[in-house]
Order: sequence, then structure tokens, then C-alpha cells
Amino acid sequence: MHIASVLIRRILNAAGLLAAVLILCFTLIHLAPGDPAEVIAGEMGGATEEMMAEIRALYGLDRPFHVQLLSYLGNVAQGDLGYSFYFNQPVTDLIVERLGATLLLVISALLLAIFLGTFLGVVAARNPNGLISHFVTVLALFGYAAPVFWTAIILLILFASVIPIFPASGGMYDITGPDDPISRALDIAHHMVLPVITLSTIYLAFYSRLARASMLDVLGSDYIRTARAKGLAEVVVVYKHALRNAVLPVVTFAGLQFAQLMSGAVLVEAVYSWPGLGTLAFESLLRRDTPTLLGILFFSSMVVIIANLLTDIAYRLIDPRIRSGAR
Amino acid sequence: MAPPLLSVRDLRVEFDTRDGIIPVIQNLSFDLHAGGTLGIVGESGCGKSMTALAVMGLVPGPMGRIAGGSIRLDGEDLVAAGEQRLRQVRGNEISMVFQEPMTSLNPVFTVGDQIGETVRLHQGLSRREAVNRAIEMLRAVGIPAPEKRVHEYPHQLSGGMRQRVMIAMALACRPRVLIADEPTTALDVTVQAQIFDLLQDLQAETGTAIILITHDMGAIAELAERVIVMYAGRKVEDGPVGEILGQPLHPYTKGLIRCVPHLEADPPVERRELMEIPGVVPGLSQLGGVGCPFSPRCSESRPDCNMMPVEKAGPGDHSVACWAVSEAAS
Ligand SMILES: Nc1ncnc2c1ncn2[C@@H]1O[C@H](COP(=O)(O)OP(=O)(O)O)[C@@H](O)[C@H]1O
Ligand SMILES: [Mg+2]
Repeated sequence: MHIASVLIRRILNAAGLLAAVLILCFTLIHLAPGDPAEVIAGEMGGATEEMMAEIRALYGLDRPFHVQLLSYLGNVAQGDLGYSFYFNQPVTDLIVERLGATLLLVISALLLAIFLGTFLGVVAARNPNGLISHFVTVLALFGYAAPVFWTAIILLILFASVIPIFPASGGMYDITGPDDPISRALDIAHHMVLPVITLSTIYLAFYSRLARASMLDVLGSDYIRTARAKGLAEVVVVYKHALRNAVLPVVTFAGLQFAQLMSGAVLVEAVYSWPGLGTLAFESLLRRDTPTLLGILFFSSMVVIIANLLTDIAYRLIDPRIRSGAR
Repeated sequence: MAPPLLSVRDLRVEFDTRDGIIPVIQNLSFDLHAGGTLGIVGESGCGKSMTALAVMGLVPGPMGRIAGGSIRLDGEDLVAAGEQRLRQVRGNEISMVFQEPMTSLNPVFTVGDQIGETVRLHQGLSRREAVNRAIEMLRAVGIPAPEKRVHEYPHQLSGGMRQRVMIAMALACRPRVLIADEPTTALDVTVQAQIFDLLQDLQAETGTAIILITHDMGAIAELAERVIVMYAGRKVEDGPVGEILGQPLHPYTKGLIRCVPHLEADPPVERRELMEIPGVVPGLSQLGGVGCPFSPRCSESRPDCNMMPVEKAGPGDHSVACWAVSEAAS
């Protein structure tokens, strides 16, 4: 099947999926206890019943549920995600401002987990009783067992306080530092280290084990024996002939787990005060800022859909059997 | 007669298992002359593939190893050679075609890449020259439209085609020895004959010596000049193909030949039914005993058989390892 036709089918699917996500979330938020008007009134320092009614009328909160839902969906279809009561900013602007920070965190963590995990897995598979192999087992145990927030706090204590090599203040960069692009980029990189490690630990553990198992399987296959019988050096046999096949499950899982990674980012951002969508989601949830919350869910869903699409394309590039629809 | 191209002497291959160190190949000796064809026969599990892998220097480690003997290619002992030297030999001077065409090609590379890789490695051809050589080889093994096929992936080819690709790959560097390990076992009967014909034609063209491992006695009769019969990791009989098929000495060889219905033009009535050798090949853990490994299944077994028979010269350059025969011959 051609990549173009896959793309078109995926975009149609995506539109339906996004609508479903929005309807579900809108309903859930509506059902949750609490009243946005009360929060707004609270911010204003208290309000009378009349003022509350006025606020409800202003934001359309007095209309029946289905009218609110339909008008929201209509606006979204026209590219309008609404206005944030709390941040006093269009939701789209608010999210775009924060999306970059989250993507930076999530994609760095994912790449670290994929590349380092695969590498560890390959080394472990080549020497199943070696040191790296045992390290992978221990790492996996630790990665599965340690909750993200715990890892985050322990790393902060260890590497920002006891051995202060990374910033403890949180955030993405030091606002008092020099603001030329290079110093800023280095500063961001410095601030990124702990959050990225925290977010990637569990995936690193998972992918190294996955790559190890997959590589062990591939190394025992007939075409690897063929590659050796050609007289190829072991490095070529492993990193050209075996790796290309062994990496397929890792790619599959990376695509499937992108959504998990996005939700994992919420916790990590909260602990490290990383100014991304997670922090924004946290704040807007506390403030009952429904448009912002829905906007974040909308964008996150979109990111996940795009990630899955990219996974599919990557898979097709790696495995010719999928490209021609033979499997 | 010229010295043999490939000479194996007293080969011993061992594996570490839960039951200790097990000899999978023992006391194996044979010669292969330049341009000649040696057949290796025996039931599954007799050590034929392991013999082939040992010659390639590819006994699966670290559990397995060549524990003794020599494998001389033109006088050079490959058992003593380093890994680097062995990599120069593999695919270049000695090549191998495997039993499983469906899984022996890498699914993620085109057949052209996989054939070209060998010549780029051993002959230093450029990428473009390698593609041309691949096309040439595909044509030589009788694949239609080679210019198109060269860019295809293994899953786009049938089993017979894939085995042809394997043969093209094995012969791309014009090796002096080709080991074909049951090259047709996984294929349809009609395709089997085509592959044997192809091997025969290519040998006539290139002068490559062939070690042909097969269950197909018809193919052995047609292609091989000499045959060795293996049982439980040992050679039990060795001789010119006509004598092995016509006057087999070892009870095991007789049994094997009796299993094939059409070898004798006019079989006596009682032989028209397909016979089989009772019992099964000893498993890994039963190797390494002191008696003749075939005696539990042998109709001619005798008290001597609890000692290992020594190899006896029979008539001509036919040899056999069996107590019953050595007595009958004297
Ligand atoms: N990787 C291995 N590890 C341990 N034993 C093996 C391995 N491969 C083959 N063997 C054993 O070696 C013996 C010979 O096997 P093989 O050479 O494959 O037989 P054949 O090719 O004649 O059918 C068998 O007993 C088999 O169990
Ligand atoms: Mg075999």
C-alpha cells in the first residue's frame, strides 16, 4: 500500500477520533463536581448570586449541556479552541506557547530510551551472561518498580542538592542568565537532563529488555547464519543484518507508548516546574479552566495521532514486507 | 592423482550440554578433489550439517567447538586458522547453500544487495559493479527478468527462486568448494530436479567442487563421484558412488538404500514394499558411547558390536566400519 493512501485514510480516521475524544472529555468535565463560575468569582474576590449568573450567561454556561457541546465542537471545527477564563488568553496561543517545551521533553526522552535502550539490548544479547546483560535486568527491575514522581524527587535530591551538578530551581532556563541563543540552548539542555532521565527511565528499561529479547531471537535465525557464511565481519552481521530486523518491535512499542509518555510528562513537569502542557493541564484542572483543559486534550490527541502516523511510516521504511502489504 | 583440494582428517566436534561434553562428530575423514562431487548421506541428526558448518568454521559457539583433527584447504589447515583468515575463506573460497530457502535470506534487504554484498566484500567491487554482478548471477541461475528481480525482496520470490538466489549468492565469488546442505529438502518435487540440474550445469561451467548433502539417492547417483555414509556423527562407509549404491557393505547403508523404492531396476518381489530401518537415530545425549552406535538397530549385530568397529578397507578404495563386514570380507 502506498504511503499517500495510508496518509489520507489516517487523516480521516484522525478527525473522527478527535471528535470522539472531545465529546468524551467535554462530557466528563461537565459531569465532574465544581462550577467554573465559582472559581472565576473566587478569583475576583467573591461575588453575589446575580454576578455569578452574569458570569454564567457571559460564558454560555447557563445553556443546556448539548447546546454547549455542539457550539464547542462547531468552534473547534473552525479552528477556535475558545478563550481561557483564567489566563486571559486564547487557548490556542496558550497551548502553542507550552507545546514546544513538552515536545522537547517527550521527544528527547523517547529518543534516549529508543537509542540507548536498543544499544544496551544489543550488547546484552551478544553476551547474555555479561555485565551489561545483568545491568539491563537490574535496570528493568528498577524501571518497572520505581514510580515516576519518586524517581524525579530522588534525582532532584541526589543531583541538584547533595551533588549540585544540575539546577534545583526547576523551569526550563535561568531567566537571569545571558540570553544569546547559544547560552540559552546550553542552559535549556542543562535544565533538561534530570527531567529527561526521569521520564525515560521506565521506557529505557522496557526497550533494552525488548531489544535484548528481539536481538537474541534474530541472532539465532537462518539469515544471520547466511550472513556469517558470506564471511562478513561480526560487527556487520550484528549491526547491519540483525539490528534492522531486531528493531521492529521497539519501533512498534515506541509508537504505541507515545500517549503514555505524554501523560507521564504531566508528573515530571509538575515536579521539575517544567513550563509545558503538563503544568498547564495541572493548573487549568485546579482552576476549572475547561476550555484550556479541553484544548490540551485536543492537542495531545493530535500529537499522539501524528506520532502513530510517523511510526507507521518508519515501519514501512524498515520492513519491505509491510510496504508491499505482504504480511 | 593430484592432492585433494579439501582434506578432512579425524575431525571431532564437541558440544557442551547439561549431560557434559558430547562428541557430535568423531573420527571423520574425507577428501574432496578439485571439480569433484562428494555426496554425504545419512538420516537426520547424523551430523551432516554439523560437518558442513565445521568446514565453514561456523560451529555454533560457545557451546560447540572443533575439538580435534584438521580441515585442510589446499594444504592450509583451517582448524588452526584465525577468525580473520576464516572470514576471507567463507563466501569466497568455500560457500554454503542451506536447507531452508524460505528463511535463509534477510527479509529487509533486496536480493541484489545480498548477492552484491559478497562480491563487494571479497572482490572490492563498487556498488554499481556489484549490482551488475548480481544481475549476471541471477541470470546464470536461471531467474527470469534478472534486471527486475535484482531489486526485489525475498518475500516476493517463491521457495525455488529463493534457493536459486542462495546458489547465486554462494557462487558469486566463484568459490573452489560449494557445500549444498539438503538444498532441495524444503522444495516441491518438480523444483528439486531443477535445482540439481542447475548445480550440475554450474559445476560444469565453473569447475567448483561440491559437497552434496542430501536424502535424494537419485541425485547422489547422478551428481556424486564418491559418497560417505554417516551415522551418529561417524563415517560408517566411504566409497565410489557405484559401489556404495550397487554393493553396500554396511548394514546401515543397505538399510538406507532399501528405503528408496526405485533405485533397483527390477527389485525382487519381497523388496517391492518400501522398507525402513527399525528404531531411531541416537539423540545428542546418547552419542559418545563405546560400542557401535548402530548395533541396537542392526539386524546383523553380534557380541563384537559392544566395541567400536575400526575402519576396514574393502574392495578397491571402498572402506567400511562394521564388525560383521570385516569378518565376511576376510
Ligand atoms: N546448536 C546445537 N547445539 C547442540 N547440539 C546440536 C546443535 N545443532 C545440532 N546438534 C546436534 O548435533 C547432531 C547432528 O546434527 P546435524 O548435523 O544437524 O544433523 P543432520 O544435518 O545430519 O540432520 C544432532 O544430534 C543434533 O542434536
Ligand atoms: Mg541437516
